[in-house]
Amino acid sequence: MSKLSIVTKGFIKENPTLVLVLGTCPALAVTTSVENGIGMGLATTFVLVLSNMFISLLRKITPNEVRIPIFIVVIATFVSIVDLLIQGFVPALAESLGLFIPLIVVNCIVLGRAEAFASKNGVFDSMLDGLGMGIGFTIALVIIGTIREILGSGSILGYEIPFMKGNEILIFVLAPGAFFVFGYVIALTRAFQKK
Amino acid sequence: MYYIIMIIGAVFVNNIILAQFLGACPFIGVSNKVSTATGMGLAVLFVMTIATLFTSLINNYFLIPLGLQFLQTITFILVIAALVQMVEMILKKISPTLYQALGVFLPLITTNCAVLGVAILVTMKGYSLIDSTLYAIFSAVGFAIAIIIFAGIREQLDLVGTPKGVQGVPIALITAGILALAFMGFANLV
Repeated sequence: MSKLSIVTKGFIKENPTLVLVLGTCPALAVTTSVENGIGMGLATTFVLVLSNMFISLLRKITPNEVRIPIFIVVIATFVSIVDLLIQGFVPALAESLGLFIPLIVVNCIVLGRAEAFASKNGVFDSMLDGLGMGIGFTIALVIIGTIREILGSGSILGYEIPFMKGNEILIFVLAPGAFFVFGYVIALTRAFQKK
Repeated sequence: MYYIIMIIGAVFVNNIILAQFLGACPFIGVSNKVSTATGMGLAVLFVMTIATLFTSLINNYFLIPLGLQFLQTITFILVIAALVQMVEMILKKISPTLYQALGVFLPLITTNCAVLGVAILVTMKGYSLIDSTLYAIFSAVGFAIAIIIFAGIREQLDLVGTPKGVQGVPIALITAGILALAFMGFANLV
């Protein structure tokens, strides 16, 4: 597999959220706006790249029986770092993402990549894989976030859209809208992939 | 009165899946049959109660006095992982029938974000030990109610023809959306 395809496979072909349906909780919860989606996506990408790197570095000395607890400790360490960094430098984002930053620990994508890729491959490849999967996750969050923000609050990235403002469909920023949009986006991804 | 409001809030108004999106993975993943959904719901109830009790104890009497709150995430996830293992071993010895009913779901719960989510949520809200445990119990009851209703709907859904494009996960998510819409009706209850 070429280096480039390790990165790009996570974008669409094996998109962790839209194709493999992992990491559903943040995809539903933080996508009320594009900005939140980007913030969450970047935080997760950071954790993915660094945890993949570290787990790959440790793969030769990790005993097979206790690998899962070791993975979890590595991931939790990087999540704590991201959590503190976001609280320190972008408090507004920390406010709106809230609980879901520490919950990156239990995001199935991160543990899934550690188990499926980083524990078997080289350091550089693992970092690329983490990067690709992280970007794929960010793409998914941005797509869902864009639809929900345009329909639900009549704006995009905080800028008002002339006709949509005043004709907002409130349900799209509330809980049910998250499920509807996510469901239809997955259906559309499947339709595109069949072609 | 305070407890009644908290209980109704945790079970219906702020339903842990349908309003707070915690535990969406098992909600979509193991909701094909009512029987498996019931098993998952009971397993979550069991683990979430014990886990929240332990994490609040550790948080109140160990992390906060020592000023180690920044270790919260790591400590909590390790405590939960260890607890799940322990519960599994103890159940196997003490009650094989209960183990058979819940056994397969227990390992899945470690990565269930609802358990870690509630443990962190109660520390964010600053609940006392008793309040935390009660909140955990009734959040889990909310989870169980939602997943059992949802599994019932999905069993019916298998019998009707759905368009090919939305079969499987998409139709499940759309159904969950309608269920969330129904639960929004509880919003003004408290």
